[in-house]
Amino acid sequence: MCRGLTEICTRSRSFFVATLPDPFTVGFVRTQDILTLTPAGIYCPAGDFFVDPMRPVGRALVTHGHSDHARAGHDKVMATAPTLDIMDVRYGQDFTRERQVAVLGQAVRIGDVVITFHPAGHVLGSAQIAIELDGFRVVVSGDYKRSQDPTCLPFEPVQCDSFVTEATFGLPVFRFPDAETEARKLLASQALFPDRTHLLGAYALGKAQRMIRVLRDLGYDRPIYLHGSMVRLCDYYGRAGIDLGELRRVDPAQRGRLGGEIVLCPPSTLKDTWARKFPEPITVAASGWMRVRARARQKGVELPLIVSDHADWPALCATVREVGCSELWVTHGEADALVHWAGMQGIEARPLHLMGYGEESDEALDEAA
Amino acid sequence: MKAFAQLLDRLSFEPSRNGKLRLMADFFRRTPDPERGYALAALTDTLKFQHAKPALVRALLEERVDPVLFNLSYHYVGDLSETAALLWPAAAHPGEPPLLSEVVMTLATTSRAAFPRQLTLWLDTLDEIGRWALLKLITGSLRIGVSARLAKTAVAILGGHEPNEIEDVWHGLVIPYGQLFAWMDGTGPRPASVDPAPYRPAMLAHPLEERDVASLDPKDFSAEWKWDGIRVQAVAGHDADGRRIAKLHSRAGEDISAAFPDLIESLRDPRFGDSALDGELLIMREGRVQSFGTLQQRLNRKTVSVKAMADYPAHLRAYDLLAESGEDLRSLPFTERRERLEALVDRLHDPRVDLSPIVAFDSWEQLAEFRADPVQAGAGPDADAIEGLMLKRRESAYVPGRPKGLWFKWKRNPFNVDAVLMYAQRGHGKRASFYSDYTFGVWRGTPEAQELVPVGKAYSGFTDEELTRLDRYVRNNTTSRFGPVREVEHTTEKGLVLEIAFEGLNRSTRHKSGLAMRFPRVNRIRWDKPTGEADRIEVLESLLNSPNER
Ligand SMILES: [Zn+2]
Ligand SMILES: [Zn+2]
Repeated sequence: MCRGLTEICTRSRSFFVATLPDPFTVGFVRTQDILTLTPAGIYCPAGDFFVDPMRPVGRALVTHGHSDHARAGHDKVMATAPTLDIMDVRYGQDFTRERQVAVLGQAVRIGDVVITFHPAGHVLGSAQIAIELDGFRVVVSGDYKRSQDPTCLPFEPVQCDSFVTEATFGLPVFRFPDAETEARKLLASQALFPDRTHLLGAYALGKAQRMIRVLRDLGYDRPIYLHGSMVRLCDYYGRAGIDLGELRRVDPAQRGRLGGEIVLCPPSTLKDTWARKFPEPITVAASGWMRVRARARQKGVELPLIVSDHADWPALCATVREVGCSELWVTHGEADALVHWAGMQGIEARPLHLMGYGEESDEALDEAA
Repeated sequence: MKAFAQLLDRLSFEPSRNGKLRLMADFFRRTPDPERGYALAALTDTLKFQHAKPALVRALLEERVDPVLFNLSYHYVGDLSETAALLWPAAAHPGEPPLLSEVVMTLATTSRAAFPRQLTLWLDTLDEIGRWALLKLITGSLRIGVSARLAKTAVAILGGHEPNEIEDVWHGLVIPYGQLFAWMDGTGPRPASVDPAPYRPAMLAHPLEERDVASLDPKDFSAEWKWDGIRVQAVAGHDADGRRIAKLHSRAGEDISAAFPDLIESLRDPRFGDSALDGELLIMREGRVQSFGTLQQRLNRKTVSVKAMADYPAHLRAYDLLAESGEDLRSLPFTERRERLEALVDRLHDPRVDLSPIVAFDSWEQLAEFRADPVQAGAGPDADAIEGLMLKRRESAYVPGRPKGLWFKWKRNPFNVDAVLMYAQRGHGKRASFYSDYTFGVWRGTPEAQELVPVGKAYSGFTDEELTRLDRYVRNNTTSRFGPVREVEHTTEKGLVLEIAFEGLNRSTRHKSGLAMRFPRVNRIRWDKPTGEADRIEVLESLLNSPNER
């Protein structure tokens, strides 16, 4: 049941709580009293702000720096310091008129609600946003994962009445091995094919740095080569105190000499002419989609590494249980299975089918990976 | 099992031949006997056991997984073995995974009743990749793009031998191939070759694409007719006791001698020698090649009656010579092999064996005319049994498999029609998560009230990139869904035109259009073409009556 019950009972409407066993009908603060869906995305009327809006708005609270969540052009943006930095690196310093730094764990009142940011374990700076109104707490988790990631703070479960979750990998077929096991496959392949370039497709924010760090932790100390578009964010991670070892930008003229090296590039470039100039390149991709063979093969991946910055199915289920919510909103991804599972647990679940997050297009595959 | 599963996993994604060889050679080098031997048996498809039914896998899974979650997962993944491998609940105390040898030997001895329990035990001990490999193995559906030939080539690499040397001794070997690996490791002698009339893996042709023609010089190629029969290898030799043995092998290496005693008789002739000949099996009556339908009267039979032999006399039309008097000719250029073939057929002087004639030509244009009208090129009454042309590079050695740029098959013109995409369905196997099966239609009715009538379904002819684009198009233009099928927008204003190529057309009462297409495939995607300009049913109906239809 709702953890804010005592507070609610002090309100005039609360009388109905005692007489109506179904809390979803009347007289009760519910998720939709705090959040509504608009064409721009999730909106909180009581605080007059949006969470991860897809269009320019007055005030945006941003969970993390991925481009499907963090867009330029809002009047005010509130986010963790690393997320603001990442937006600055990606969009330039004029990405918003006014920045407000969210300090993890620090409650802030906005209008009638109190909001708090908590780490989400997805990428550097990623956060969940807890929103409280009249003792009812909604947590908008953004993207998150529960597995180990040396490049960001781990997910922190926050007790709540309502949990808003993604379900990018919301099918029980998605169970991910640990990242070290997968990274070892890359090193083994490099040993077997010492003359071929291993082109590792990984999203420029988060996945790339995590893979590099995991390789370093396995003792790989040779230079790692970067596609030009990855340099700025890797530099930023370095400035933020995450040591990625020696990184070198790929000089297009020298591609033919990078046999045997590991080269990181955005997944969308794996099949470009850019990639063909390396000696007998092996296409490697690090993504949760690699769990399904048809997906990996369709992308032309020769060495799939199942590494995701999203929660897999066991993690989704465990998280929903841990936060103790009675309502569950599923923003995007494979919502049907998670909604079905939640129903079996007695949780009122609702798929939102929000468009714009982790869409099935190529660009978004890069995002959601 | 674990190392083998990882090998299968890697192989299933590795596109390059060299990459596959390296992965297999590395595995054979690192894996001890007898495990590598059983792996080789699995890769060459020589393991014999009763395959498990997919229904069993499904039943075991349904006992463990919520039905809704199972269905959503299966629908998403598209492959039952893979779905089961991914969904199987992790065991609390998994235990040691089995060795591949244990799996193979247990499969041979476990009763049908005890099998589900055994399979459950194995699945509990393996991880996702292990379970996938096990299920693929026991359901007999490895399909990882490795031919038996390639696996043997990888073994040959171990010992620095030629793949053909392995092939020569292969028939005398037994699983788990301890003798073979000992030979490769240099710790044992070359195993004895026991098959006096062995099958030699066939050399195959690539379809000739229009764009190939421009880059090929007609002077480099020799042309022959492509016959509408079945390809066979006729081989003779002497066994250890000096007896003369003759065999007829199908293209897949199956021994079909028992069904063709009439031909075997001809091959036993000492003038044929210890030779191996590549040719087309045909039925000849009164000097004329009979249709494929007639040939079928003699195919897939264990034995044959005297009457059938008289009614459907078997004939061998020779086009290549792989060995002569015990000498391996496969490394010689085609022209040299052809000369020796001509001499042999002449010497044999048997009405049941003749030569497939060379079609002389000066230019691709001229050859295209011959292909369109074989009678003009002197094919005579046999023209009806011609499927097209074979082009063989004069210099080409006889290379098993489908080497690039050496042999081409140039089939007679397929038909083309511009049709409109109407429905799309998810594919199977590696395409399971894509809409890759397309039902298309052409216009019917008056211009004021025209409607699309479905005329066929295509699921090939496009590249992976095109598939990705088609899939996205389908998802973005769906008007309704029923089960795995999506209806795609198809009006006179909006929709997508597909240029469909097909081999032939039949009348059909089962189809709404009254027509059935043979082998339709997507020739081109006409992103540019308005649907209103797609073809009308009359275009197809006129083809039905065309004399060229076959
Ligand atoms: Zn994200
Ligand atoms: Zn996202």
